[in-house]
Amino acid sequence: MADITLDAKGLNCPLPILRAKKALKEMASGQILAIEATDPGSAKDFESFCSQTGNELVKASEANNVYYYEIRKS
Amino acid sequence: MANQKKLAIIATKGTLDFAYPPLILGTTAAALDYDVTIFWTFYGLQVLKKKTNLKISPLGNPAMPMPVPMPVLVQVLPGMEDMATIMMKQKMASKGVASIDDLMEMAIESDVKMIACQMTVDLFDFKHSELMDGVEYAGAARFFEVAQDADIVLFI
Repeated sequence: MADITLDAKGLNCPLPILRAKKALKEMASGQILAIEATDPGSAKDFESFCSQTGNELVKASEANNVYYYEIRKS
Repeated sequence: MANQKKLAIIATKGTLDFAYPPLILGTTAAALDYDVTIFWTFYGLQVLKKKTNLKISPLGNPAMPMPVPMPVLVQVLPGMEDMATIMMKQKMASKGVASIDDLMEMAIESDVKMIACQMTVDLFDFKHSELMDGVEYAGAARFFEVAQDADIVLFI
């Protein structure tokens, strides 16, 4: 289960990534950040964000135009 | 941070729309753990002002989507630029696009380094006190010192 949930719904690029980065900064290694977003571009962006920062994208899904991600902090 | 990637951007434009690319790319790169430096020159200096008044103009920009088709001779009427700017800001807010002020604040927070081109500061008679605090003033040689060490260099 997620340790912290970030509501990024209604925000557009690059805000979901910037908010996620800010949230991760406050978290401990191994903790999980859940993110809800409505920006369709966020799907690719969170993949790229994780592959470049070394954090692990544990989960990525979409339902009713809401995108849901879980990121484990490295 | 050892092996930290570096991004250097030259930002030359001072309209509301073109203030976005350097700040979006700069803040995003910072979130990806890049060391980021933006060199602001010519009209880009407007974005560094403490009190910004960035505008957008449909004039000379036939690619700008307009809610209603507007002949060029109407676009030159007084107040049209302000109207286009207000409409663009409203549209951006409704689509969840960050404001320039917000992005600038996030850039500062994430330690994006700002260099103002001293030559254009002089050219436009800007005072250092008009520009944001914490800005470095330097010239082309300083940019190359940053750029030669950068993984990515962008001219915007």
